[in-house]
Amino acid sequence: MVRVEFLGPIGKEPIEIEAKSLKEVAQKLKSDKEMSKWLSECAVAVNDKLVDTLDVKLKEGDKISLLPPVCGG
Amino acid sequence: MLELYRGPLDVDSIFSSWQKWGKDKNFGAFITFVGTVREEEGIEALSFDVYEPILKKWFDDWQERANEKGAYLKMAHSIGDVPVHTSSYMAAVFSPKRRVALELIEDFVEDFKASAPIWKYDVVNGERVYARDRSQKIKGSGLLDI
Repeated sequence: MVRVEFLGPIGKEPIEIEAKSLKEVAQKLKSDKEMSKWLSECAVAVNDKLVDTLDVKLKEGDKISLLPPVCGG
Repeated sequence: MLELYRGPLDVDSIFSSWQKWGKDKNFGAFITFVGTVREEEGIEALSFDVYEPILKKWFDDWQERANEKGAYLKMAHSIGDVPVHTSSYMAAVFSPKRRVALELIEDFVEDFKASAPIWKYDVVNGERVYARDRSQKIKGSGLLDI
């Protein structure tokens, strides 16, 4: 299982899902109507490191975070 | 150094501790940026969510870049509600001479706006409304939109 966290304004509780890669995470989130609108807007971090490719292998307990558009200051 | 505070920043006290720190470290130039919440469109306050683990990494990367130029960065940001005419953000660059600090403050503050994992909400009639129109997608966004 991996844990998926939805940061800031997404306002959704974390979920735990079975996924061996980020691509599988993407497929699972795509089928969630509430989430699918956020996917084009969000950056992704694995274990608090931003990633730029879907070819990331995941292991048990990994944390995936979705970061919607930001505006600090 | 990165400092996070609940509610508005005590600008005078932060400025004064930073100024003292820079003087003791023999930095000749100290530039600050202070962001203050403006009164507009009837908002009572802005409100902020901060994701600290990634913010800290982002800040540490910048600190490393600054240190390579002999400079040092400090930043303070609010979490939660910050009423109009109070401040939510301070950034500072210290360097031996002015030129490096003048250049760094611009790049540092601009990248902060584009990359730091902080989310802003308008507070109107006590309700938080995500400031989507003023927010920027972090570089690489949309990766999961397959």
